[in-house]
This record gives sequence, C-alpha cells and structure tokens, in this order.
Amino acid sequence: MANIRVADRHAPAPQFDDLVQQREAAALGMWVFLVTEVMLFGGLFTVYTVYRWLHHPAFVEGSHHMALIAGAVNTAVLIASSFTMAQAVQRAQRGLRRGLLGFLASTALLGVVFLGLKAYEYWSHYAEGLVPGSPWTYAGPHSGPLQSFFFLYFAMTGLHAVHLTVGVGLVTGLIVLARRRRFTAAYHTPVEVIGLYWHLIDVIWVFLFPLFYLIG
Amino acid sequence: MIVATVALERPHAETYLSAGTTARSWLLTTDHKRIGILYMVSITLMFLVGGVAATFMRITLLSPGGGVVAMETYNKLFTIHGVIMVWFFLIPSIPSVLGNFVLPMMLGARDVAFPRLNLASWYIFLAGSLFLLWTVVTGGVDTGWTFYTPYSTQYATSRVVSTTLGVFIVGFSSILTGLNFIVTTHRMRAPGLTWFRLPLFVWSLYATSLILVLATPVLGITLILVTIERWLGIGIFDPALGGDPLLFQHLFWFYSHPAVYIMILPGMGVISELIPTFSRKRLFGYTFVAGASIAIAVLGFLVWGHHMFTAGMSTHAALVFSMLSYLVAIPSAIKVFNWTATLYRGAVSFETPMLYAIGFIGLFTTGGMTGLFLASLAVDVHVTDTYFVIAHFHYIMVGGMVTAYMGGLHYWWPKISGRMYPENLGRLAAMTIFLGFNLTFFPQYILGYLGMPRRYAGYPPEFQVLNVLSTAGASILAVGYALPLAYLLWSLRYGERAGANPWGGTTLEWTTSSPPPEHNFEHTPIVTHGPYDYVRGPQGD
Repeated sequence: MANIRVADRHAPAPQFDDLVQQREAAALGMWVFLVTEVMLFGGLFTVYTVYRWLHHPAFVEGSHHMALIAGAVNTAVLIASSFTMAQAVQRAQRGLRRGLLGFLASTALLGVVFLGLKAYEYWSHYAEGLVPGSPWTYAGPHSGPLQSFFFLYFAMTGLHAVHLTVGVGLVTGLIVLARRRRFTAAYHTPVEVIGLYWHLIDVIWVFLFPLFYLIG
Repeated sequence: MIVATVALERPHAETYLSAGTTARSWLLTTDHKRIGILYMVSITLMFLVGGVAATFMRITLLSPGGGVVAMETYNKLFTIHGVIMVWFFLIPSIPSVLGNFVLPMMLGARDVAFPRLNLASWYIFLAGSLFLLWTVVTGGVDTGWTFYTPYSTQYATSRVVSTTLGVFIVGFSSILTGLNFIVTTHRMRAPGLTWFRLPLFVWSLYATSLILVLATPVLGITLILVTIERWLGIGIFDPALGGDPLLFQHLFWFYSHPAVYIMILPGMGVISELIPTFSRKRLFGYTFVAGASIAIAVLGFLVWGHHMFTAGMSTHAALVFSMLSYLVAIPSAIKVFNWTATLYRGAVSFETPMLYAIGFIGLFTTGGMTGLFLASLAVDVHVTDTYFVIAHFHYIMVGGMVTAYMGGLHYWWPKISGRMYPENLGRLAAMTIFLGFNLTFFPQYILGYLGMPRRYAGYPPEFQVLNVLSTAGASILAVGYALPLAYLLWSLRYGERAGANPWGGTTLEWTTSSPPPEHNFEHTPIVTHGPYDYVRGPQGD
C-alpha cells in the first residue's frame, strides 16, 4: 500500500506521458523564463551603458562611494552559494536526502548573509544622503548625473535583491519538501529548476559588481 | 473530394463543456480550451470599451471645430483606445483565445505544458484590466498609448501610474502565455509530428511567442522606470538631471515594434490554415511560409528606430533602420505570394472564413505597402504623425489582425461550440466589415498625405468631407462587428449541430469530436504526414 502511494506521488501530471517528458518541459520552461529575466535586466543594463557613456565623470565619482569590501565579500558569498546549490542538485540526483538538506540550508543561509550585507550598504548610502528622492543631500561635483548613477545602482541591485529574496523563499520551500521526503533519485525536478534560477541570480551579480564597484 | 468527413456523432459523450457547468468549474479550470473561452469573453469586453472610445473620437471628428467633447477628453479617448486595443485586445486576441484553444489540439496533446500557469496568466490579464478600467472610471489618461517622457513623467495630470502599472501587469500574462506555447510546441508534440509537419498556425504562434518572451520584459522594466520617476520624482529620463528622454523612446520601441509583429504574425498563421482548407489544396511553399514567420520575428527586433526618424537620430542610424525595415517586406511578401499561389487552380469555396481570408490578403498588402512608404526616410518626414500613419497601422492591425481573428473564430467556432453559425449572416457580416473598414480608413490615407496630423480634436474645414466619410465607414464597421456578436451567441443554442470536421480540415483538431472531450483525444494520435494533404486526409488517425 505504501509503495502504491509513493508511485502515485511520482505519477506525471495528466498532460504528460511520463516523468521524463515532464522534467524536460519544466527545465525548458525555466530556461525560457531565465531568458525573460535576462531581457528584464537587459533594459537596465542598456540604460546604464548609455548613461555611463553620457556622464562618465559622474559614474567614476559614483564608484568612489561604493563599499568595496562589503561588495567583494558579497561576491564571494554568492559564488559560494552557487557552489552549495550545485552540490544540492547533485545530491538530489543521487537521492541523498541528508546531503540535499544540508546544502539547501547553506544556500539559503548564504543568500540571507548577502541580503544582510546589502541592507547594511543601503543604510550607509542613506546616511550619506545618496538616495535619490529621500531626500538627495549630496552637494559635491556632478550632483545631477550622480543621481542617475545612484538611481541605477538602487534599481539594479534592488531588482537583484528582490530576485534573491524570492530565491531564498524558493530554496526554503525546497527544504520543507525535502524534509517531507518528496524528492527521490527519480523525481527532483523542482530542485533542478530552482537551481537554474539561483545560478542566474548569481551571474547577474557577477556583472553588477564590476559595473558599480570596480571600474572607475 | 477524397476526404471522407464522417462525423462521429456520439451525442451523449462527455465534452469539455459538459465536464462542469458551475462558475467554479470555469474559474478554476486548467483546461486550455476553457481558458481560451475565458480570454475570449474578457477581450471582447475590453474591445467594447476601446470601441466606445473610438466611437466618440469619430463623432467628434464629424465637424472641423470638434465641440462634442473637450480637447482634454479627446486626448484621453485616443489614449484609452490605443492602450486597450493594443495590450488588452490585439496582443491577446489570436494567441490567447484561438491559440490557447487550438494549439494543444494541433499538436495532438492533452493540454499545454503548464495548465495552471495558463490559468494564472488569465488572472494576471484580469488584474491588469482592472487597473485599466479603474483608470477609465477615475478620470482617464492622456499621454497617448506611447507614454512619451517627459510629458508622461512630469507634465501629465491624468492617471499615468495606474495605466502603466496595468500594462506592466498584463505584460506578465503575455510572457507566461508565450513561455507556455514555446515549451508546449517543443515538448508536447504527438508521435510523428515533426517540426516540418506542424500546421503553419503553430509556426506563427511559435514565432509570436519568441517575441512575447524576448520583448515584453523590456517594456516592463521601461514602464517601471516611468512609474518610479513619476511617483517618486526621481528623474531617470529628466534632462535637467542628465537623463535622456530619447532613451525612453528607444526602449519603448524596442518592445513596441516587435509587438507590431505580435499583432500580425498570429493572423498570418490563421490565414495559412484558412487558404488551404477552402482551396482544397496543399499550401504552396510550406517551408518558406514557416521560415518567413521566424524571419519576421527576428527582423522585427532590428527596426525599432523607424519610429524615431524625426525624433533625433544620426543619418547613418536612420539609413540602417530604413534598410532593415525594407527587409521585413521580403518575408511578408513571401507569405502573400504563397497564399495567392495556393488559390491558383484550387477548388476554392467562399464560406465565411474564406471571405475573411481573402479580405485579409488585400488589406494586409495595402497596409504593408504603405509601410514601405513610411520606411523611406524622405516620405516619412512628410507623413510622420499624420493620419497616413494611422491608416497604415489600422490596415495591418484591424484590416489584418482583426479580420484574421474573425476568420479564425468562424473557422473554429464549430469546434469550440459544437454548433454551426448561420452561413449567410456570416458572409453578410464579413462583407460589411470589409466595406466599412475601407470606408473608414482609406480616406485617412488621403487625409494624412494632405497633412492632417493625428491626435487633434479639430482640423481645417477642407478636410471635412473625408472625415465624414471616415465616420460613416466606422458606423458600418460597428454594424459589421455587432452582427457576429449577436449570431454567434444565438448559434450557441439554436445553431445546427456541427460534425467533427465540417470543413474537411486536415490538421489534428479536426480528428476529434466537436466540441472535444476534456483531454482532446480518445487516444494520442499518431502522425504520418504533413498538414494540408488532401490526398491522404487528416494528419492523424
């Protein structure tokens, strides 16, 4: 009886013929979704490129206001989280539940660390009066275009942080499901597709970090 | 006539319509066919709102001095008309209604790949629509459907934020539909249904979906920037702070030009089904027509600059955009020539869907040719922002897309409802729409060429005759659209019962009963040959 219930739980959804078709559809769906994410961020990267070209001195000035160490630590944190996520997917494929839980938990934890550090950075920009509209109190050179720089900084890192927050929520959901023994070597599609999402969020940060913190 | 169209009448068999009749069974359905109908009802309501706005515009333009509505109101009328017709009618029209209904059946699938996501996309559409309707009842918006900055961000005093948010939200509905169609086409095809055995409607929906997922996110982020700038007063497009209003136009048209192809490619797909069916002949040049859909989708991403020839652009950029815009004419013309060649020596019959298809070819060609005038730099400077542009894109979007939508709706109506519509009334409506449409919009070509600018509530007295003709045409067009609304509803109850394959179609949706069972087929069809093969008959068993 118990065996039948397990089998039912892993029956494909009615529109699919088998679990392989279902997994391939889910993976392709996530890849297409990631393409839309690239286009969403792409709009902002375009604005960044145009404004950097129009207002080069202000963008150089802007990068001097960045907390380089916090940004570098955060980059390391996210790369580490990509590693733990990849490990989690690998454990799921092999049906190793305990390893899966451990790596999922470390992934979520690293995500939270990143968000905490990012919040600290935001707070220090706020203390310096570098948040457009909050009000903007910076009175140094290039004040006008520097607002554009900081607006883009908050828009792009903010959109990234929103995505990472969603990612932490999704990984937490995976932890709950894994604790309920929902994943096996035969069925672990959610772990794989959320893993793809997590890696994209990391890759986007790998572009954001040099654009705002490093080049000047 | 070799195809035996045996109607497998099993009146007591369970259909997708009888599988549940409560409101709950509709509102929580994950059946792609029901979701298509939910979309049909919603976009028809939105079409009525957009149509009422157009009616008031045409009434205002009866006399040179306007006077029926205040000028500010006129600005709101054309804005609401544009926003609703583009995002809340045309973009979801064929993909979300007919595509949702037909695509999985054409693939021999039981449903789309992600049925719950499909339902979610309808609810997202509904949420976006509510934002728009809220805008309308609380005072409207007057920026034009293009939301150009800095007017939209700094000067407009109307409901910009609720409108841009509504369009932003409805964008996710488009993205999810596109995503669903792409995955469904890749992963849900019946055994034997290779890519080059796919009906051309599937190819065109696939090309449309590529545009939906690639372009819509860019519009989304752009509208969010406009919303933030207006809401929080942060000047991302404000020149005083070093912002660039032209950058907004680039981002907007990077989406909105490909969106023009979202609003025509599915129509071309419908026509590619209608022409072979009613000519009893294999479509001429199948591979070229399929490839042309993809070519249009790709080229469509490279021509957005032609909306900005007079907005400030380097001569070299303008030349490149002009050249690329000419290139789009090639795949479009390939389609027109192939449809026409299919008619040649075919056993052509003129049922209502075919009348729409023939009308489409003429209207689309006219709209497409005038697009070439606009792509040429010198002529464009002369007719920019005139009624010539209005006439051009209405020939594509109304003459093309709405005509194809009507044709497709009649063609698949027996499959959707299990009933036939009244054929003579159908033909009458198709001809009324064709006449009314041309009377409405042909005078606008002349008006525009003579220099009448768009978006004004008044005009010099010498333009009155043509404007009155246009308004008269619009009245005929309104009758033409009201007729199908009435007789299609009537046919739901009183129409003659339709067999499984009333037109002798060859694609898989005609191999199942009308209306189909909940999971479309009794057993998964095995496909042995391509579509439009009137010697071997339907694609599946």
